[in-house]
Amino acid sequence: MSQVTEYSEKVMDHFSNPRNVGEIENASGVGTVGNAKCGDIMRMYLDIDENQIVREAKFKTFGCGAAVATSSMATELVKGKTVEEALKVTNKAVMEALDGLPPVKIHCSLLAEQAIHAALWDYAEKNNIVIEGLKPPVNDIDETEEFYKS
Amino acid sequence: MSRRIYMDNAATTRVTPEVFEAMSPYFTELYGNPSSSYEFSGKIAKDVAEARKAIANTIGADEQEIFFTNGGSESDNWAIKGVADALKDKGNHIITTKIEHHAVLHTCEFLEEHGFEVTYLPVDENGLVNPEELEAAIKPETVLISVMFANNEIGTIEPIAKIGEIAHKHGVYFHTDAVQAFGHVAIDVNEMNIDLLSASAHKLNGPKGVGLLYIRKGVKLSNLIHGGAQERGRRAGTTNAAGIIGFGKAAELANAKLKETIAYETKLRDKLIKRVLEEIPYSRVNGDLTNRLSNNANFCFRFIEGESLLILLDSKGICASSGSACTSGSLDPSHVLLAIGLPHEIAHGSVRLTISDEITEEDIDYTVDSLKEIVGRLRDMSPLYEDFAKKELVG
Repeated sequence: MSQVTEYSEKVMDHFSNPRNVGEIENASGVGTVGNAKCGDIMRMYLDIDENQIVREAKFKTFGCGAAVATSSMATELVKGKTVEEALKVTNKAVMEALDGLPPVKIHCSLLAEQAIHAALWDYAEKNNIVIEGLKPPVNDIDETEEFYKS
Repeated sequence: MSRRIYMDNAATTRVTPEVFEAMSPYFTELYGNPSSSYEFSGKIAKDVAEARKAIANTIGADEQEIFFTNGGSESDNWAIKGVADALKDKGNHIITTKIEHHAVLHTCEFLEEHGFEVTYLPVDENGLVNPEELEAAIKPETVLISVMFANNEIGTIEPIAKIGEIAHKHGVYFHTDAVQAFGHVAIDVNEMNIDLLSASAHKLNGPKGVGLLYIRKGVKLSNLIHGGAQERGRRAGTTNAAGIIGFGKAAELANAKLKETIAYETKLRDKLIKRVLEEIPYSRVNGDLTNRLSNNANFCFRFIEGESLLILLDSKGICASSGSACTSGSLDPSHVLLAIGLPHEIAHGSVRLTISDEITEEDIDYTVDSLKEIVGRLRDMSPLYEDFAKKELVG
């Protein structure tokens, strides 16, 4: 059965009209999380000013309706926040802002949280700063290139 | 703006008005139990017998070899568990394929838990079983070969006659899950050496909730549903008269216009495939292009995910399905797409469009135009496409 019919109106809205799709050139921080094998990859771009405030957030996502909607909502939630505040945008916050997700789609909201963290980690690395409570992101594999080589 | 283009006929089909009309008296007027002894029920029993005969005729079977069930899954369960039980003293080995419907695969897995050994044959990149590999897998303990007639996802039609010949040469029963093929492909159970065949009415414009198992005379098979003398003592349960009448009508109609339908659908299907491959870059068609159901087109669009594609197609009124994990509630994409060698990531971006003779050329054009727009839109937001495009520009 499809989960599509279980999506809230907000999820459908953020999927059909995603906010902040795109890239930021020379972004302060970029984070890519997920795994193509599992069907979800999120990339988040953050533009962070000298006062450590997120001025702009953009995303690109390969994934289902919920993956796109959670990415869109996550970018909305971190905009205007300090890096410390952005770090506290949890998967639960993303989910609540979307009026919930079907149970099998909860991992999408976790991915959105991880995407924020990965982008912040990149920002911290580039600027040689330590953000309290931030852990390094995990890298993933890509089997597609092999397929197209053969 | 309520255009609806139904391109999911492999999932289920519309009950056509003719079939519905044939069925309707059996709900409100001819509602008697066909097993009862009064005259009122006698007429119904006679009509059920007529339907059985009409259905048998479409596959070259005898009417006494047709047993009605509640659908394809029950028929598959009955055929496999029934043979396994009836022949358990002869052997415990079953041969099937990796691309069967779950009604077959999960039944085989169940039997594995009960001491049976199952060989799951691989398929080639087009989804075809290799008859030589199949023959090599036969052992003295082999009691059943179960290979689907046509695949429900990629539409590949298996070399059924060849497999039947091999099975009979070795004295092994041959079951085929013909749920997608029945009423869509010419079938002759004798020419093809089929011993057991599963079919379901709702895939050929008949009602849901009725199917059949063809059982060749003399084939040993234990009962699955116990509790009554219906279906000559082999399948208990009050006869679904309306359903069977509808199935009979649907089978008759499908059979009468079979060649015409195949020709019409093939023309539209090929146009659909041609336009998609020509106009949407980084797309591929899955399944065999020659041995293929006339109603099936299955594509993968690189860099995008199937569920997103389905939602956007739906917003344009197009009903389709996908082998993406996200649409099945599991983590893995379609076992069929993996079996033909696609990487997970490519399999996630699949869409299946299954047409009918009610689809027009205009519908095909609208669908391709919509696909082009949607695939483009999803690629614009895909990090995989972004990486790919950057690599292409550099290198």
